[in-house]
Amino acid sequence: MAFIEVQSLRKVYASEGVETVALEDISLSIERGEFVAIMGPSGSGKSTLLHILGFLDRYTGGTYLFDGKEMSDYTEDEMAHIRNRKMGFVFQSFNLLSRTSVLENVKLPLLYSAIPESQWGKRALHAIEAVGLTHRIHHHPSQLSGGEKQRAAIARALVNDPQVIFADEPTGNLDSKSGQMVMNTIQDLNAKLGHTIVLITHETYTAESAARIIRLHDGLVASDERVRSQRKAKDHFQK
Amino acid sequence: MTIRRLAQTSVVGLTTHKSRSLLTILGIVIGITAIILIMSLGEGATNLILGQIQSIGAKIIAIVPGRQPKGPTDILATFTDSLKQRDFEALRNRSNVPHATVVMPVVFGSQTASHESETYRPTILGVTDYFAKIYGVYPDEGRLFTPEEVNGYADVVIIGDEVKKELFGNMPALNEKLKIKGKSFRIIGVIGKTGQLSFLNFDQAAFIPYTTAQQYIFGIKYFNRIVVEASSEDHVAETVDDIKATLRNLHDITDPAKDDFFVETQAEAIQTVGTILSVLTLFLASVAAISLVVGGIGIMNIMLVSVTERTQEIGLRKALGATRKNILSQFLLEAVLLTMTGGLIGIALGAGLSFIIALGISQIYQLDWGFSLPLSSVFLGLGVASFIGLLFGIYPARQAALKSPIEALRYE
Repeated sequence: MAFIEVQSLRKVYASEGVETVALEDISLSIERGEFVAIMGPSGSGKSTLLHILGFLDRYTGGTYLFDGKEMSDYTEDEMAHIRNRKMGFVFQSFNLLSRTSVLENVKLPLLYSAIPESQWGKRALHAIEAVGLTHRIHHHPSQLSGGEKQRAAIARALVNDPQVIFADEPTGNLDSKSGQMVMNTIQDLNAKLGHTIVLITHETYTAESAARIIRLHDGLVASDERVRSQRKAKDHFQK
Repeated sequence: MTIRRLAQTSVVGLTTHKSRSLLTILGIVIGITAIILIMSLGEGATNLILGQIQSIGAKIIAIVPGRQPKGPTDILATFTDSLKQRDFEALRNRSNVPHATVVMPVVFGSQTASHESETYRPTILGVTDYFAKIYGVYPDEGRLFTPEEVNGYADVVIIGDEVKKELFGNMPALNEKLKIKGKSFRIIGVIGKTGQLSFLNFDQAAFIPYTTAQQYIFGIKYFNRIVVEASSEDHVAETVDDIKATLRNLHDITDPAKDDFFVETQAEAIQTVGTILSVLTLFLASVAAISLVVGGIGIMNIMLVSVTERTQEIGLRKALGATRKNILSQFLLEAVLLTMTGGLIGIALGAGLSFIIALGISQIYQLDWGFSLPLSSVFLGLGVASFIGLLFGIYPARQAALKSPIEALRYE
């Protein structure tokens, strides 16, 4: 049984009587420790798929087994707990709380966890160290560059030691240099720390940092293939 | 999530818009201020009036002519001449009222008094020498009337502090002459500064024998009051019954509803005044409470704005694992913190204002008006403020908690 197992997944949005099919029929499986990029043009359903995989949205048909259990069996609260304990999220627009420091932002998921408060500081520092932001720990988001903001967001995704990290266009708002640094960090999480990564992007070049690329088109899987030579972000950055 | 963490989060949420938060709680501040002020002043007034009533002993019974006023139109019925000399004599008879140790008729009114070119308008009280025992006030200089002077229509007067100062200044007044309504009196006693006791300002009063007052000053044959002292507090009720029986018998009254007099005791007066004042305080406080409802709607309004503004934050928190309950608690606590802050400011303001008013009244009117802040009003104020926060915070907080994380994250 795969870690993430999706069969004939379907998602239909209904608004004012008009039905829009976002996901037609998606079947895929992702194993623990994989680094998967989901690609596709806008409207292909890649964001919808990521939201469903990340327990942020519910689906209309098919099945989704996360870690062996069907998602529709979970209650709202159970889904919140799984998001908190087993998943990490990185968003295109960073979504940091502007009023608090990097440290406080990274601690945010711990607020909703069962981890005792005495360990919060240590965990947060550890996560910040992993993304190389130790020197920015007391800065507010407005004092950081775009790349630093996204790395702070990655630290926040890491702090609960999740099994999988979902990244929604993590380099979408960054220049190529910062984007490379962020991808470098994400690759490290996968290679060195063993986190499963599911990332969506529309840039082939970013997708090639992953080990496997799934392409979507009109709510269907168009292709699913291994990357022959996984691009090393660091190498590119050093060029 | 610990309550401390939750409170920290809420405080950050509130302090981001400091001036907006302050303006929002203004309605609550005003409402709580009003409630505290009314309750505090009400308590002060009650204490003052009860103190006045209690300044004459609990053994004192007052008989008042006329029907007991039961409504505004009954006031006139109290100005009657139903208490006369024969009533006084019957009450003094031990076989009628065995536990009456003192029976004293009282007539009173206001008259001009003069000494040489100085004039003053004191309250004239026609009494016997027992007045000193009843009030516990004795002349600082000179003496009281003798029973012979009372029975003999003597022209003697005992004056209060202000009367003495207005007419004689710093000159000695004892044994000097004083003219009241053209009749010359000899001053036999001067009472030092005493202030107000049982609704009578002793400093502005002049005491003369009731016989003289009836005959020469007021020209009446009846009394304004008859005051009876029971031998002990335990005998007050029995004495009241004896007084009523004696007077009804004398006035040929068989139906108590047709009484042409009524009997007041201290216990009754305290009860009546206490009831009136607490009803009044409650009424005024409920009027003030209306402003709290208005304030609460203001809180709800601003919390709804805040929830909309922070849609993205709510989405993020949910994505990171906040449950509906977490979000609900956060916004509910924000609302309660807001109103409790308003409540605390209101309590401080109300107490401060009440203190200033109490100080002003006691200075200007020379009344023994003490500042008092009932603890119950503080708890009521805080409780009501928190309740308003909960009540008007629940709807915005629910709106926040029910947001779908994905909708909220997409919100721009």
